[in-house]
Amino acid sequence: MKEFDAAAHVAHMEQVMGLTIDEAWRAGVVANMAATARAAALVTEFALDDHVEPAPVFKP
Amino acid sequence: MSAFDILFRPGHEIAADVRARRISAREVTEAALDTIEALDGKLNAFTDVTAERAIEEANRVDAAMIEGKALPLAGVPYAVKNLFDIEGVVTRAGSKINRDNAPAIADASLVTQMQKAGAVLIGGVNMGEYAYDFTGENAHDGASLNPHDPARMSGGSSGGSGTAVASGMVALSLGSDTNGSIRVPSSFCGLYGLKPTFGRLSRARTFPFVASLDHLGPIARSPRDLAVAFNALQFPDPDDRHQLAQRPLDVERALGTGISGLRIAVAGGYFRDQAGSEALAAVEHVAKALGTSREVNLPEVHRARAAAYVITTSESSALHLERLQTRAGDYDPDTRDRFLSGAMVPAAWYMAAQRFRTWFRAEMEHLFETVDVILAPATPFPALLSGTKEVELAGSRVPARPNIGIFAQPISFIGLPVVAVPVWPAGTHLPIGVQVIAPAWREDIALRVAEALHQAGATAAPVASL
Repeated sequence: MKEFDAAAHVAHMEQVMGLTIDEAWRAGVVANMAATARAAALVTEFALDDHVEPAPVFKP
Repeated sequence: MSAFDILFRPGHEIAADVRARRISAREVTEAALDTIEALDGKLNAFTDVTAERAIEEANRVDAAMIEGKALPLAGVPYAVKNLFDIEGVVTRAGSKINRDNAPAIADASLVTQMQKAGAVLIGGVNMGEYAYDFTGENAHDGASLNPHDPARMSGGSSGGSGTAVASGMVALSLGSDTNGSIRVPSSFCGLYGLKPTFGRLSRARTFPFVASLDHLGPIARSPRDLAVAFNALQFPDPDDRHQLAQRPLDVERALGTGISGLRIAVAGGYFRDQAGSEALAAVEHVAKALGTSREVNLPEVHRARAAAYVITTSESSALHLERLQTRAGDYDPDTRDRFLSGAMVPAAWYMAAQRFRTWFRAEMEHLFETVDVILAPATPFPALLSGTKEVELAGSRVPARPNIGIFAQPISFIGLPVVAVPVWPAGTHLPIGVQVIAPAWREDIALRVAEALHQAGATAAPVASL
């Protein structure tokens, strides 16, 4: 998989999500996005059986 | 009695004196208000002192004492993190934005429970903005400071709770813990903190951070105070559909039953590799006091921390989306960037984290077949100097804020009950906490261990000398 480009992701998603990122904040947002991507990689690279369901349970 | 004599002791001793009518709840409340007046200018714990209400509640407790009612927390002064609704007060949740909201029309359910038990609410206390914090710093209200060294952080996000209890202004505070926000200030301020099992206590009428991970609980200066408060706080609440039906525990009764027969082990690997010298010494001290040298490894615990991180950032930002779209400039600069990036997390990452949570819970259930209690540091180091941005962890420089909680985060991720116990390692004036981690729904076990340590003098939560 291509390396995650946090700056490009932030630039795209701020449009998608209707966010306005002041240029003074951008480096911080990108750094946080990169940190989240690293954390997510630790989770997604760990293969789970298809039958492992998400934790939240809804009680009707 | 001076305010010092009245206040600077555990809450259960205050309650015993109020019940025996050796002192009135009114006198205790006035002592707390005087102490806040004297100390809070320096420490910045309180954002909303509810003096008028406190006097009214105290008068009601005194009337109940004359009628001979036995209230477990009679006259005990307490505070709540300012994300709890207090009738007539705006629930700011550490933010600027929520200050525009109308005042709360009713108390949080847990505030009502405390009132029924005879406790007296002194006010709302400072917190990191929207609870996305481990420092106790806040751009809008200023930092809540560490009473044991006011140049240092109280720890967050229940920072004002740590400050208020460690300075003796109140005996007890209710906080919230999503990734460590009760255990971190307990560690930095040298206090006992209880993060109950996920789903145990009602969250009704508190401002949410991460619905999947939010817990509420007490911080105090003795395990017995935690136990008395926890007994009072347990009740099935129809106003909270997230609460899980469980038989309540009588933890106060369990407290004195000792620890013989409990299988206790220290968490190695991830914890040992990243803990600073004080954290290692603290865990060793507690393990020795409990007579254990066994070590266990928590499976894939670094991934558990990572998954909690992903759930936290994406779920909290989804809640905040409209505010992030319209008022990003009004957020604390220290939380804004994290919330903004959290609004951009792909759903597949989030769902992978929620599935990993199921896997990790099963693995930990398996581990708890061979052990009853796991010990781990609450924080990697004692309280940092205020404003610290980077720390050294396992030989690398890393951002301070998110890494303060690396040891607390994987445990709350699967909702295990924890009591943080305060240790005072030799050679430093700063305390540091150790997590006493029990199986789900067994707060009684963690509290028994904390009480045994407290009674043996291995852990202690003295009021700071200021």
